[in-house]
Amino acid sequence: MRIDNHPILDFKRGKEIRFIYDGKEMVGYEGDTIASALHAAGVRVLGYHHKTGRARGFYCAIGNCSSCLMTVNGKPNVRVCVEELKEGMVVETQRGKGELK
Amino acid sequence: MKYTEIAVVGGGPAGLSAAITAAKYGAKVTVIERNNSLGGQLRKQTHKFFGSQKQYASVRGIEIADILESQLREYNDNVEILNGATVLGLYEDGVLTIEMKDRYIKLKPDRIIVATGAYEKFLSFPNNDLPGIYGAGAVQTLMNQYGVKPGRNVLMVGAGNIGLIVSYQLMQAGVNVKAVIDAAPKIGGYLVHASKIRRLGVPILTSYTIKEAHGKDWVEGATICKLDENWQMISGTEIDIDVDIICISVGLTPLADLLWQIGCEMKYIPELGGHVPIRDENLETSKKGIYIAGDVAGIEEASSAMVEGRLAGLCAANSLGYIIEDFEEEKQDLIEQLDSLRAGPTGEKILNGLEKVTKVIAGRYGYVD
Ligand SMILES: Cc1cc2nc3c(=O)[nH]c(=O)nc-3n(C[C@H](O)[C@H](O)[C@H](O)COP(=O)(O)OP(=O)(O)OC[C@H]3O[C@@H](n4cnc5c(N)ncnc54)[C@H](O)[C@@H]3O)c2cc1C
Repeated sequence: MRIDNHPILDFKRGKEIRFIYDGKEMVGYEGDTIASALHAAGVRVLGYHHKTGRARGFYCAIGNCSSCLMTVNGKPNVRVCVEELKEGMVVETQRGKGELK
Repeated sequence: MKYTEIAVVGGGPAGLSAAITAAKYGAKVTVIERNNSLGGQLRKQTHKFFGSQKQYASVRGIEIADILESQLREYNDNVEILNGATVLGLYEDGVLTIEMKDRYIKLKPDRIIVATGAYEKFLSFPNNDLPGIYGAGAVQTLMNQYGVKPGRNVLMVGAGNIGLIVSYQLMQAGVNVKAVIDAAPKIGGYLVHASKIRRLGVPILTSYTIKEAHGKDWVEGATICKLDENWQMISGTEIDIDVDIICISVGLTPLADLLWQIGCEMKYIPELGGHVPIRDENLETSKKGIYIAGDVAGIEEASSAMVEGRLAGLCAANSLGYIIEDFEEEKQDLIEQLDSLRAGPTGEKILNGLEKVTKVIAGRYGYVD
C-alpha cells in the first residue's frame, strides 16, 4: 500500500527495481529499503523466531532492534529495514539463526 | 588507520550542528552516519516546529534537515561525510571502528562527539511480538520517508507528542486511527496536537492500556482496558478494537552503547529517558575528549539537540586550540538558548534531570593527552 496523495509530501517514485522474495518476482522503487518494498507489497512476516518459531516483523525501522532479520543474497541476519533495495536481490524469509556459508 | 581532528558519530540535528560549528572555527571534522541520508529523525518530521526563531520555529523538520545539510556543505574543505557508515565500537585508545559498504575502517580522532540519538521503548503485553506492532517512529519512517502505508486501521498506544503527531500524520497518509490511548490520567503531549486529532473525530482515551493483541501471524485486533487510580486494570472495562496495526509510543531512551563501551560514567535518570552520561557544562563526558549532544545526552527535542550540538562543537574546537575570539560569549549565548528552550512545565522535568548529571568533572582521564 503506497501513499498516493499526501497534503505535504510529494513522493517522486524512482525507477522500478525488481527483486526476488521467496522465489516470487516483486517490484519496488529506487529509494526503498527491502522492508519498505515488502511492506508495500503486503508482506509483513519477515522471519520466524529461532526458538519459538513465532512470526517476526520489523519494530523500529531504523536499524536498532534486529527484529527484521532476513537472508539476502545468501547472507543471513541482514537488517532489511535499513538495507537498500537493489536490482536482482534475492530475499528470503529466515528460519533459525542463519548460517554463514 | 584514518585520522581526523573531530569525529562526529551520528548525522541528526545534534551531530550536524556540532559538525557545522566545529568546521566553522577551522577544525577538520568527519561525520559518520549509518543512513544514506543526513538529518536523523528530522527527515521524517513533516510538521512545523516550535521553539524560537534561532531554532527554526514554524519550519518543517524535513526542511530543517536540508538547511543543516547545506550549511555543512559550505565547509566542504574541513568536512568529510561518511554515509552508510555505522560506528561499531569505541575503544580505550580512542579508536573508532566503522563498517562502511562491507568494509571495516579504523578511525583515530583527536576528539569525539557522540550524537547517536535514541531508540523507541517497548511495552510488555500478550502477543506484543506480532508483526504489525510497530514503534510510532517506525511508522513515521515508513510513511514519510518511504511513502508506504503501515496498514488500514491503527491503535496508537501513548498520547505523548510523538504518539499525537504520528496519529495526525497517519491520517494525512489516509490511514484510519481508531483510538489513541494512554495509561496516564492526562494527555502527555501538547494540547495543540491533541486538539488537531480530536477535531478529526479520533478519541483519546486516558487511563487506558492495551491488555493484549490478537492474531496468529500478524495483528488482527487488540483489547484495551481501563485503569484505576493505582494503574491496575479494571475487569469488565475491556473493549475490543478491530485494527491491523498497533503503534507503540511510550517514550524514547538514549542510544548510548558506545559511551558504555568506552566506560563513560553513566547514571539512570528517568527524567532524561534512561541511562545518560555524566557531563560538564561543555558537554564533555567523564572521558576526556568525548563529548555528547542531542537525545543521547537525554531525551528532548530537535531544537535543544541543535543547540547542544553547537555547544559541543564549539567546545571541542576550542579544546583543540582553534582561536575563537568570542568563545565565552558564544558559549554563554548557547547556554542561554538552552535555558529558554527548557522554560515551562516540560522543561522543568528536563532541568531536574540535568541537575543530577551536570557537574564539574575533576581528574578526567581518557585517550587524549
Ligand atoms: C523515532 C523517533 C521519532 C521522533 N519523532 C519526533 C517528532 O515527531 N517530533 C519531534 O519534535 N521530535 C521527534 N523526535 C525527537 C527528535 O527528532 C529528536 O529529539 C532529535 O532528532 C534528536 O536529534 P539527535 O541528533 O540527537 O538524534 P537523531 O535525530 O536520532 O540522529 C541520530 C543519528 O545518529 C545515527 N546513528 C546512530 N547510531 C549510529 C552509529 N553507531 N553509527 C553511525 N550513525 C549512527 C542515526 O542513524 C541518526 O541519523 C523523534 C525521535 C525518534 C527517535
